[in-house]
Amino acid sequence: MNVNQHTPMASPYGQPQPGYGHPGYAPLDGGYPVPYAPYNGPASAYQPGALPQGPARGPPTSGPPPVSVPQPFNQYSPSQGDVQNGPPPMTQAPPRPAASQPYNQGAVNPSGPHSSYPQHYGPPPSMQQVTNQMTGMQINSGPPTAAGPGYVPPHSSQPPISTAYSAAPPPAYSQASPPASSAPPQPPPPSGPATSQQYYGSPQSPSQQPFNSSLPPTSQQQFTSPAPPPPSSQQTFPPSSQQTFPPSSQQTFPPSSQQTFLPPSQQNFPPSSQQTFPQSSFSGPMPPPSQAPAPPGSQPQQSFSPAQPPFSSAPPPVSQPAFISGPPPSAQGSFPPRAPPPSSQSGSFPSAGPPPTSTPSSQYQGPMPPQQQHPPSQPSPYHAGPSPPSVQMPPTSMAQSNHLPPGPQGPPCPPGPMQQPPTQPGMQGGYPPQQNGAFGQVRGPQPGYAGPYPGQPNYGAPAPAPAPAPPAQKRLDPDSIPSPIQVIEDDRAKSTEPFTTGVRGQAPPLVTTNFQVKDQGNASPRFIRCTAYNMPCTADMAKQSQVPLAAVIKPLATLPPDETPPYLVDHGEGGPIRCNRCKAYMCPYMQFIEGGRRFQCGFCSCVTEVPPHYFQHLDHTGKRVDCYDRPELSLGSYEFLATVDYCKNNKLPQPPAFIFLIDVSYNAVKSGMVGIVCQELKSLLDYLPRENPEMDSVVRVGFVTYNKVLHFYNVKSSLAQPQMLVVSDVSDMFVPLLDGFLVNVNESRLVIESLLDQIPEMFADTRETETVFGPVIQAGLEALKAADCAGKLFVFHTSLPIAEAPGKLKNREDKKLIGTDKEKSLFQPQVGFYNTLAKDCVAQGCCVDLFLFPNQYVDVATLSVVPVSTGGSVYKYTYFQAQSDQERFLNDLRRDIQKLVGFDAVMRVRTSTGIRATDFFGSFFMSNTTDVELAGLDCDKAITVEFKHDDKLSEETGALMQCAILYTSCSGHRRLRIHNMAVNCCSQLADLYRNCETDTIINFFSKYAFRGVLNNPTKAVRDTLINQCAQILACYRKNCASPSSAGQLILPECMKLLPVYLNCVLKSDLLLPGADVSLDDRAYLRQLISCMDVSESHVFFYPRLLPLLKLESGSLPVAVRDSEERLSKGGVYLLETGLHLFLWVGASAQQELLLNIFGTTSFSQIDPSMTSLPVLDNPFSQRLREIVDSFRAQRPRYMKLMVVKQEDRAELIFRHFLVEDKCASGGASYVDFLCHMHKEIRQLLS
Amino acid sequence: MATYQEFIQQNEDRDGVRFSWNLWPSSRLEATRLVAPVSCLFTPLKERPDLPPVQYEPVLCSRANCKAVLNPLCQVDFRAKIWACNFCFQRNPFPPSYAGISEVNQPAELMPQFSTIEYIVQRGPPAPLIFLYVVDTCLEEEDLQALKESLQMSLSLLPPNALVGLITFGRMVQVHELSCEGIAKSYVFRGTKDLSAKQIQEMLGLMKPAAAGNQGRPAAPQDAAASCRFLQPVHRVDMNLTDLLGELQRDPWPVPQGKRPLRSTGVALTVAVGLLEGTFPNTGARVMLFIGGPPTQGPGMVVGDELKTPIRSWHDIQKDNARHLKKATKYYEALANRSAVNGHNIDIYACALDQTGLLEMKCLSNLTGGHIVMGDSFNTSLFKQTFQRVFSKDYNGDFRMAFGGVLEVKTSRELKVCGTIGPCVSLNSKGSCVSENEMGIGGTSQWKVCSLTPSTTLGIYFEVVNQHNAPVPQGGRGAVQFVTQYQHSNTQKRIRVTTIARNWADAQSQIQHIESSFDQEAAAVLMARLGVFRAESEEGPDVLRWLDRQLIRLCQKFGQFNKDDPSSFKLSESLSLYPQFMFHLRRSPFLQVFNNSPDESSYYRHHFVRQDLTQSLIMIQPILYSYSFHGPPEPVLLDSSSILPDRILLMDTFFQLVIYHGETIAQWRKAGYQEMAEYENFKQLLQAPLDDAQEILQTRFPMPRYIDTEHGGSQARFLLSKVNPSQTHNNLYAWGQETGAPILTDDVSLQVFMDHLKKLAVSSSA
Repeated sequence: MNVNQHTPMASPYGQPQPGYGHPGYAPLDGGYPVPYAPYNGPASAYQPGALPQGPARGPPTSGPPPVSVPQPFNQYSPSQGDVQNGPPPMTQAPPRPAASQPYNQGAVNPSGPHSSYPQHYGPPPSMQQVTNQMTGMQINSGPPTAAGPGYVPPHSSQPPISTAYSAAPPPAYSQASPPASSAPPQPPPPSGPATSQQYYGSPQSPSQQPFNSSLPPTSQQQFTSPAPPPPSSQQTFPPSSQQTFPPSSQQTFPPSSQQTFLPPSQQNFPPSSQQTFPQSSFSGPMPPPSQAPAPPGSQPQQSFSPAQPPFSSAPPPVSQPAFISGPPPSAQGSFPPRAPPPSSQSGSFPSAGPPPTSTPSSQYQGPMPPQQQHPPSQPSPYHAGPSPPSVQMPPTSMAQSNHLPPGPQGPPCPPGPMQQPPTQPGMQGGYPPQQNGAFGQVRGPQPGYAGPYPGQPNYGAPAPAPAPAPPAQKRLDPDSIPSPIQVIEDDRAKSTEPFTTGVRGQAPPLVTTNFQVKDQGNASPRFIRCTAYNMPCTADMAKQSQVPLAAVIKPLATLPPDETPPYLVDHGEGGPIRCNRCKAYMCPYMQFIEGGRRFQCGFCSCVTEVPPHYFQHLDHTGKRVDCYDRPELSLGSYEFLATVDYCKNNKLPQPPAFIFLIDVSYNAVKSGMVGIVCQELKSLLDYLPRENPEMDSVVRVGFVTYNKVLHFYNVKSSLAQPQMLVVSDVSDMFVPLLDGFLVNVNESRLVIESLLDQIPEMFADTRETETVFGPVIQAGLEALKAADCAGKLFVFHTSLPIAEAPGKLKNREDKKLIGTDKEKSLFQPQVGFYNTLAKDCVAQGCCVDLFLFPNQYVDVATLSVVPVSTGGSVYKYTYFQAQSDQERFLNDLRRDIQKLVGFDAVMRVRTSTGIRATDFFGSFFMSNTTDVELAGLDCDKAITVEFKHDDKLSEETGALMQCAILYTSCSGHRRLRIHNMAVNCCSQLADLYRNCETDTIINFFSKYAFRGVLNNPTKAVRDTLINQCAQILACYRKNCASPSSAGQLILPECMKLLPVYLNCVLKSDLLLPGADVSLDDRAYLRQLISCMDVSESHVFFYPRLLPLLKLESGSLPVAVRDSEERLSKGGVYLLETGLHLFLWVGASAQQELLLNIFGTTSFSQIDPSMTSLPVLDNPFSQRLREIVDSFRAQRPRYMKLMVVKQEDRAELIFRHFLVEDKCASGGASYVDFLCHMHKEIRQLLS
Repeated sequence: MATYQEFIQQNEDRDGVRFSWNLWPSSRLEATRLVAPVSCLFTPLKERPDLPPVQYEPVLCSRANCKAVLNPLCQVDFRAKIWACNFCFQRNPFPPSYAGISEVNQPAELMPQFSTIEYIVQRGPPAPLIFLYVVDTCLEEEDLQALKESLQMSLSLLPPNALVGLITFGRMVQVHELSCEGIAKSYVFRGTKDLSAKQIQEMLGLMKPAAAGNQGRPAAPQDAAASCRFLQPVHRVDMNLTDLLGELQRDPWPVPQGKRPLRSTGVALTVAVGLLEGTFPNTGARVMLFIGGPPTQGPGMVVGDELKTPIRSWHDIQKDNARHLKKATKYYEALANRSAVNGHNIDIYACALDQTGLLEMKCLSNLTGGHIVMGDSFNTSLFKQTFQRVFSKDYNGDFRMAFGGVLEVKTSRELKVCGTIGPCVSLNSKGSCVSENEMGIGGTSQWKVCSLTPSTTLGIYFEVVNQHNAPVPQGGRGAVQFVTQYQHSNTQKRIRVTTIARNWADAQSQIQHIESSFDQEAAAVLMARLGVFRAESEEGPDVLRWLDRQLIRLCQKFGQFNKDDPSSFKLSESLSLYPQFMFHLRRSPFLQVFNNSPDESSYYRHHFVRQDLTQSLIMIQPILYSYSFHGPPEPVLLDSSSILPDRILLMDTFFQLVIYHGETIAQWRKAGYQEMAEYENFKQLLQAPLDDAQEILQTRFPMPRYIDTEHGGSQARFLLSKVNPSQTHNNLYAWGQETGAPILTDDVSLQVFMDHLKKLAVSSSA
């Protein structure tokens, strides 16, 4: 992202490059610039600050994001340009990483780069970039101003993060300055920040320092920029505000810095925003970020120090050089103004920059050391990866001014490779890469993160900086690459106001953010989330960008208590008022004309008469007078009362029915499942869904048990005892009774209870092991048919249905097929029977929920066909044991039974002329191309809809979509729920990239890919994903980012997490199975994903990892990144994926902690088999249990708590969820993947 | 004559046998010229309170293809301890246990008064009685309730060790498991799918012993255990079953307007047969099917569920317009045969106002010896008492029913058996005494009669095979031995052996004797059975023509007349009633389908071919008693001239019991004279027929329809349709009004019939 931004920058830098010429730096510079650019991206985030400068900042909004972004950028930057720098960050990172880093990614970034990057990032788009630069500038400025003081602020604020990012940028600057000042500052590292400041400082402090001191001019700006980025997160903004503003306004920077820097910053920022981390650039940038962040990092000190190192090492140098040389040049070139700044920078940076190599090195060295220290752990890896690229990159980057420097650095780094130490040395040389660092700086904005952590460590060993540098070259500093945690935190921080949906094209807060929604005409993001809120006007643009246009719709989503559920509208006997042609329902997009006598459809433009009873006069603005009295004219979501015309067979529907079908074969009885289900149902039946809590549910229930034959139960209230009806004719299933099978719970309570008491007894001695499955569903279906109602089947099943019956299956689990072209066949249903059955179920409105309790292969792929096609859910409890799994199962069951659900639903998505819904993902059935048929639709099910152009869209009208769901409520009323959504249309790609939502894109990609495995080899699916992702980023780089070295990875601000998330998708068990992952597990995941909404898919792919050190009521601890390096031996962590919940206990966890949690002080006495936390009377334990409960409450599925002790065998499972790390099955680590991505992008670009 | 009547009566009382001829013509040619075949009505289990069964095995002729049982007709050499078989003349030594035999110490079977003797034999474990209720639930609430009560009541009548099972059906078929506590469990089958016995057993979970089945013995206990779930001793499941029956619901599936309820009778029966087949083959079992309407779906469906398509009538059948008839009939026949082979019988209790498909299902009972009861509703005393009577007990306290009977007929050389007509199936046992000439169910000397009651009577037809020129053995007698093996209702295995002999007579020289030995009642019934048997497969008019022809030939043979002078025609006493029987038979519902639905025809015929002689005669020619102040009750002619205003008539047609009050009596009764003390005698007069009717009702199975009507009452048609229409609207004025009630009919009267008969008999051209 940054990279991209950088790219544009690149050119500018390119010029500078010469300047950078500095051996190592030169390349680095080249690289860095780019990186910086990315950082700038982050900066962009900062842009706010920048904004002032760069009008572009307009995105200030984006600015904020950038903040978060910055971090990422930082990361990226590190990865790329930073490779060199990266290492440093890495080094830094490592230290921090453990705990804070994850979160701190920002921190990492923060170190230096972050700050800087963030800034850059902020700007992601060119605009932003600029702004970023601006911000960066600002930051610098900030720093400058702050310079002395500034540092502190930066640190405090973004430092850490920003540092990381900023590192890069700062590096550039910092380098400039750093070298000189930075170095000194670093020395102060103790003040960590200081040091980092320099480098990071460059980002943060550097920015400050350098800026202040030398930078003030451009360099500062850059730094600032970087710094800003960090600020973005923390400093960035603050800084931005402070620094940036200062800079912009105040300091020298403002003018020059902003302008001049801007260019570079832009570059940086752009990247930052984009945060593309050209590999090289990354390396470069990365480090910087880390550095930068560090400084900025709230952790300033730590971060700084660490950050610094990184930055100093890679970023600073690079960035500086880059900036310096680049900035000036490039800046000049591209950012003419900046060019000047560079000079200013040059002052700081330039000097640093050019000298950067040396200076930076020196400076960095200072920092480097820390880096080294840090690097070792994290950076190194990254660097390793990155570095090479960085090396490569560097050249490219080098070509670019700033980047080049990195390049050089890069090279050095490589030598220093991973090892930060070397890097550090290299670093300095590598500083150029640090330019990347600059990026890093950009990231630096993230400072908060690494910044602090690394900072300290780094600080501790400021020297590390140099060391880091080398590693940086080789590896990206994880802290310097975009950090999801930072992004999330930033988004949280900025989303304090309720989100109003009235503004077209505005992206909502992230799913991880708690926010309130005010419906002002568009559907709440809880109902609909789009991948892009600015749709390309033309198919060409869409094709060029490759950004998927999709919406994730969760039609019946549950709203928080403080938001009103959709209003119910009754249009009388005639039914809802609709457009005559396209049949769209009345909505706010309908334009009333001719005094209100007619309305023009917003979708197809057809004019329709207003029915007399609906007529209303218009006011002077053309709005109906009653506009605000009618939900359908003023809100995005509402419901219509459907008339009989909307009912099946033109008959008002019967209340739905729930049928429980329980496997009573030997396995089921023995595992205790039967007993548990029966016991639980007795109380659960009081909680059947109802719309009005005051009333009894009208849902009727029926019971069936089965093994090789089916047993129906007559529980008519008039009976003294239940009657069991055995149907052995499974080949031709039918329902043996009508009256008495489906009953009202209250009327038949005694009989039902007697039945549920007896079922376990009756089958206690069963020796029947064979089961059927097809006939079971058929039975339920037939029962619903006979009762002429819709409903839901709850099937509790244990084993592969091998008994002679329709739908009989055989065991086909063949490990040999895995990885071959035939693998796909394993995901396809074994027999066609279930497809036909599913179709019949849908026709009847029969939704099937399947609870599996397998002890061996059960062929989930086949068994789940019906649930998936009918809008049902599949739950799987492998090796179910009553004692340990009961809680999870029961909670799932309770929730599944109680949740609101609609039946016999048809969903149709209507759109403006110009686009149309072409593809749908989720649990449903489609018999034609437009209508999504859902036998059942509950509040947790989401449907992803892909749109394609079939014509041009206009920018004025934007793109409208209306999702209408016709369904039968659980009270048996026919309803129409309407969700309207309007998004902007853009003719500029940059607008598209600026208003995307990565989480949603990932949701789409994962569904797309998970469906893809049905028809394609897994590898092809993976390649397709990578390829599309690369194209998206390349397109950005090519069209939106400011010119920069090809070696720079520039990521759009909004998509800077795309690589990390994508990597998680690629590493998922489905696409990359480990040896211990069964086919069933994969098939299970496959169907699970298909109906996940964005927030579930987000946490599923990128688990939430919380450090449990101090728990405060009311707020959660800041999460850390999913990497083992972030785990501290002395800590306890909680990891949540939406499906699993782990409590990881470090081997040397504090005794007090253990005592609070487990009631024992001894690590060895902790029982790893416990599934719930002991109830202890201390605030910590209480709070922890609260948290666990709240997590569980948030997710549609109950998560069983697993206690994982470090070094324990179970840790293997746990590690699987540390998605930023390399995984056992061969999945790439984040850093590696980022590099790979960068390579792909470069290939596309070349 | 008197002697013959006594002889006949004595024979019937002792052996349950009535021969058409009690002297047998000695040659085939002569025999054919007698027109009425040598044949008999045999009641295998005729109640013999005076006959104690003996507790040992019968002694059999050692010749492999003879195996006749030692009997009083055998020549015995007490010295040599040897007896000669009177059928094959094989000389057989007595078994060791007969060592003490001598002239003065003879075993029972050698005594002449034991021409019928019953052995109790020990073969295999005692098999329990099995009662499997198959209950239609597509009934009106009232009917179902009544039926449930009847069934519950029946439980108390069953011996405690009898096994009971319950299958209910409607749209689905449910086999109820009776052994479970706390929950009523049943297996359900779809009513539209034909299932093989194997499938049924699999689905009922009865197949597990199959694996072990090869080893024979070990499988048995398991088998029993498995079957226990569905067939339980009454004493164990009494309460359960009572509750179960109590909770029996009407078939819950909605019946749309204009449709019949879906009734899966066919599958229900398949399941019932399959269940018993798999669990208790060759053990006496009674499947009792209760239906309230025709089968409307699945195999064996008789009519579609559309009400607008009426169930087939004779008219449809004659026009070949009955869609399901053949298929359904074939289906039930196959089922009946399976059931018969396993020794299980099927009763049908059909209570509905409309037809229930008895025509198609009749073979179920006809082939297995089961009952058919037809009524209007289960909530009538007709059904309730009839059903109760199924479980009636004899003087020993045993049920009047026996199971799994096998009847074997052995004949001396001059005779061969042509076949039987009755509730049995052929066992295809070809022996030397089997004639090639089939009459009724022939081609075998053994028949299976799955269910026997003391009144079950078979018509057995013989053929004299002695050649015309071959001399009749000196003083020779022809002998016939009936060996009936059956399972007594007290679970014993028994063998009843009846050996009879008749003298041979030379038809040319002793035609007078032969004529006087003619049992016209038996002959009428036996001829009627042949006619009814033919009517099952032939067109009605053909059967009538055949009957007429036989009658004319008989009259020609034995009548005394001058050629072409009808007025000279005379029949001897022993034949005097025969034409009249034939006249009424021609008008009877057994041969006439007019005014009867196919179901009714099937019902009547069913009973006709299984009742003993007395009942059969009542069916052919109903009995009419007249009550008046003029004297004691007297039987009167079944003639319209008997219908007088001051008489009360009591008519017993076997199926109906009609009390008819003449016009004057009816008016008196209306006026309430019977309530007045001074008219006590009138009250008594009114009461008399009621008491007599009650007496008849007490013993009749099935319960006749009881009709109390009066002159001009709509129900009087039952009477009017039976009496000889000697006065009709055609000859009303000729005969004068005061002599009786005219009948509105075109049917010929007995007088016309006789005139015609005479004319034809004396006609030389005939």
